[in-house]
Amino acid sequence: MDSRTILAELPRLRRYARAMVGDRAVADDLVQDTLERGWLRLAQWRPGSDLRAWLFGIMHNLRVDQLRCQGPNTQPLGEAESEAPMRATQSDRLEVNDLAAALARLPEEQRAVLLLVALEEMSYEQIASTLGIPLGTVMSRLSRGRERLRLMLDGHHPVAHLRVVR
Amino acid sequence: MSKLPITEADLHAYVDAVLPDDRRAEVEDFLAAQPEEASRLFAYQAQKDALRQLFNPVLDESLPAELLELAEKPIVPAMEAMATPAVDMKRRPFLSRWSMQRIAASFAIALLSGLAGWLGHGQYQATERMAQMTPLARQAAVAHVVYSPDIKRPVEVTADQEDQLVKWLTKRLGTPVSPPKLGTLGYELIGGRLLPGNAGPVAQFMYHDSSGQRLTLYVSTEQTVSRDTGFRFAREGAVNVFYWVDGKFGYALSAGIDKGELARVATAVYDQLENK
Repeated sequence: MDSRTILAELPRLRRYARAMVGDRAVADDLVQDTLERGWLRLAQWRPGSDLRAWLFGIMHNLRVDQLRCQGPNTQPLGEAESEAPMRATQSDRLEVNDLAAALARLPEEQRAVLLLVALEEMSYEQIASTLGIPLGTVMSRLSRGRERLRLMLDGHHPVAHLRVVR
Repeated sequence: MSKLPITEADLHAYVDAVLPDDRRAEVEDFLAAQPEEASRLFAYQAQKDALRQLFNPVLDESLPAELLELAEKPIVPAMEAMATPAVDMKRRPFLSRWSMQRIAASFAIALLSGLAGWLGHGQYQATERMAQMTPLARQAAVAHVVYSPDIKRPVEVTADQEDQLVKWLTKRLGTPVSPPKLGTLGYELIGGRLLPGNAGPVAQFMYHDSSGQRLTLYVSTEQTVSRDTGFRFAREGAVNVFYWVDGKFGYALSAGIDKGELARVATAVYDQLENK
């Protein structure tokens, strides 16, 4: 772990943090805390192992700690709320906001798996080790998260016009 | 031929394109017969694309200064052992452990500066030693200082002949070399030139921003120590240099701009070279 490799990971850490917490300043604070903790725990990092996964793991643990401290205010909304009506959309811009809003309504642990797959393109195994959960749990969170997001977005606005790119 | 039943995990692995070919074919057969499942997966794929579209722009944002600062190694390794036991994290002292480390770091810097001052009287030897330690950064900085102030002829081949520049430098260096695109950061290519390195040719690309501020990227292919280095920072007079070694390639980005801004450009250059 050195400055160059850290610098190279920064944009990705910021992207993931932004997607996880939504707010720019809060997300950057999270990245900042991650770097601080990373430097403090440098001795625990095995050289040659995946630095990115290690840093994402640190960020994940920090986030878990934060949520634990903050109490019920920021608990992810439960099943019932996910059915809450969302405003109608008129334009692409609003549609993007809807995706962000729907994402924010996902339970934290499902959102994390979804984002590590979509943004980081981590393998399911990497996600399991980054989040410290079994592979089966990764799959069930991914499955539930994707389905819940689909239902939220589908509720009022079909996403089928987006092209599938394989 | 007995096929394993298609599981939910298979369907997600299909969306994420991580299935082996034969299994993927089986899933495709399954989806052809199950239009509802197909449209569900279609929606998952669309989600994935939309999430990327929504958040990828964050990758191109310039990095906040606090984060750039934190990317720097906070303490000199030798100080770590001294700094660590000094503070008990659990007792939450009025100075955080982090600031303690910063203080330790500034002591270390003060100590080193003192040492440097003491060595000052042997300046010639010190300079010599510096040159041996960081030939790449030093050569790059000197090349920057020599060519970047040149109004009439800063480069040998100008950016409007970029194809020829690339062809020429690639041929002379014996390995593909091309200038990164820094337009999104506000730096346009002026052109490039060939320079003598330690044992053969090296390349220099020059950029400028709208205010005329010039920046050079020095590319050497003669790094013989096969160990990659981290992002390093050096200062030669008024010139700041970020440099790193990647295999036989040595890169050094020099400019008379502040460290944070230069780090931002260096990160972009590094990313482009990395993803080539």
